Amino acid sequence: MNQTRKVVLRFPHESADQPLVCELALRFGLVFNILRASISPHREGLMVLELVGDTEKQEKGLAFLRDKGLDIEPLSQDIRKIERRCYHCGACVGVCPTGALYLDQKNYQVYFDENRCIACEFCVQSCPTHAMEALI
Amino acid sequence: MEVKSLEETLRTYDEINRRIENGEAVVITAEEVIELVAEKGVSRAAREIDVVTTGTFGIMCSSGAFFNIGHSKPRMKILEATLNGVPAYGGLAAVDLFIGATQPAKDDPLNKVHPGEFKYGGGHVIQDLVAGKSVLLEANGYGTECYPRKKLETWIALQELNQAYLFNPRNAYQNYNVAVNLSDKPIYTYMGMLLPNLGNAGFSSAGQLSPLLNDPFYQTIGVGTRIFLGGGAGFVAWQGTQHDPGIERSERGLPLGGAGTIAVIGDLKGMHSDWLWGISMRGYGCSLALGLGIPIPVVNENVMFYCAVQDGDILAPVVDYSKAYPNGTGEILGYVSYRDLRSGTITLEGKEVPTSSLSSYSKAREVALLLKKWIQQGRFSLNRPVESLPGSESGITFRNLTERPVKFSTEEVGG
Ligand code: SF4
Ligand code: SF4
Repeated sequence: MNQTRKVVLRFPHESADQPLVCELALRFGLVFNILRASISPHREGLMVLELVGDTEKQEKGLAFLRDKGLDIEPLSQDIRKIERRCYHCGACVGVCPTGALYLDQKNYQVYFDENRCIACEFCVQSCPTHAMEALI
Repeated sequence: MEVKSLEETLRTYDEINRRIENGEAVVITAEEVIELVAEKGVSRAAREIDVVTTGTFGIMCSSGAFFNIGHSKPRMKILEATLNGVPAYGGLAAVDLFIGATQPAKDDPLNKVHPGEFKYGGGHVIQDLVAGKSVLLEANGYGTECYPRKKLETWIALQELNQAYLFNPRNAYQNYNVAVNLSDKPIYTYMGMLLPNLGNAGFSSAGQLSPLLNDPFYQTIGVGTRIFLGGGAGFVAWQGTQHDPGIERSERGLPLGGAGTIAVIGDLKGMHSDWLWGISMRGYGCSLALGLGIPIPVVNENVMFYCAVQDGDILAPVVDYSKAYPNGTGEILGYVSYRDLRSGTITLEGKEVPTSSLSSYSKAREVALLLKKWIQQGRFSLNRPVESLPGSESGITFRNLTERPVKFSTEEVGG
């Protein structure tokens, strides 16, 4: 059976610099697109992958990554920022693991770079004005 | 320099107001003044500047609004009321009501499924009223001979109300805690979502722009001071609840934690919903975020010295909100400056911790700039407080509750 799905990979500190994801292609013959990736200097690495092709191969590949200590979750939602509801506090900035939400150090406005978002929803939970929304 | 010359009067309130009236007042924000003082020194800056404007914008619990809805026919004495489903307090008179910012809607599931969302509460009602929206009032009474009506359901809007004013028993905290989480699971607090194992640090102060940090000994801010409140004008009404002026201070006189507070009052009808926002803190509750700004008249050099405060000078205590805060142990993990907090990361126990600001620095800046403009345009005058706020020497401290065992003797219950 063939299937296309998106998953979020979280790398613990120790394995953030190992070339694990390419093994998916080499060992398991999986086809994938890297949608988003980030390794912040003080945090775990994060990657959003779109996997294409045989379901069984996908399961084997993901099991391999889990064995290597990666945390894997399905990416089910998209996140958006509703500008008129935002008063630029920054409550979301400190909880955002990828830097997708950041505070401009000059004008102190908070911006959202959706290319770096991994849909963890921490911002949705921490925004006092419901400016961050998860779209299903 | 002698101490005496620092306190020598450079200009009186009357002189400042005359200059404001003539459109001549030199006004600068508490942020702009930092550079000026660095360049010219306190003494010259004090001679050049008439007024320094401060500002803050953040979640201010202990806020609420009083209003009078007018009498219905037949008349009614309200016992219980809700506004858009949020309980309001009617135990004042017949048709005076009070709505508190943190009151959740009557049917809110609260924290039954933790963390609760607290989507709509008193703060949102206040925001909707100020935005000009109609709000559903549902009330009941027990009926008296003079107030026979027992039930009322109607839409009300701000402009149809008699008096409607914001009255906030505690706003503009002079400094505050920095909240962290030492436990191994996320917690949801009034200081925001706190990630486990020092995952982030929540803080809430406009720092160098904050009113009471620019006047740490309450030399010019006191009872009766006219202020910017929620986009309109208001006044300092009293010392705020939990006013705690005596706490330890730095060499510069800045309190090393939450200290002074003010109670404020202002006409809701003159406010704007840009400056009053109903908010929801996941797992904690609802509240109101608001903009507040206070002008500081540079009556002497001493006042200017304190207005030149910068984020790097102000230290805030770091407190663990998983254990120390809820249990009231008073334990402090260390102190960090607002310069570091605002940079995005602080270092705690050897770890770099990202910061989450709960107050909006950009909006605090806007408040100070707006107030500056109003004063420059002659639309806002300054006044001497009618009474000072209790200072660090007043002996006023913030006491915690001493619980007394409940005994049902006649002596305890009283007669
Ligand atoms: S969901 Fe929010 S907190 Fe999570 S990565 Fe995206 S923007 Fe950041
Ligand atoms: S927490 Fe909400 S209001 Fe605050 S900056 Fe983020 S999106 Fe804007």
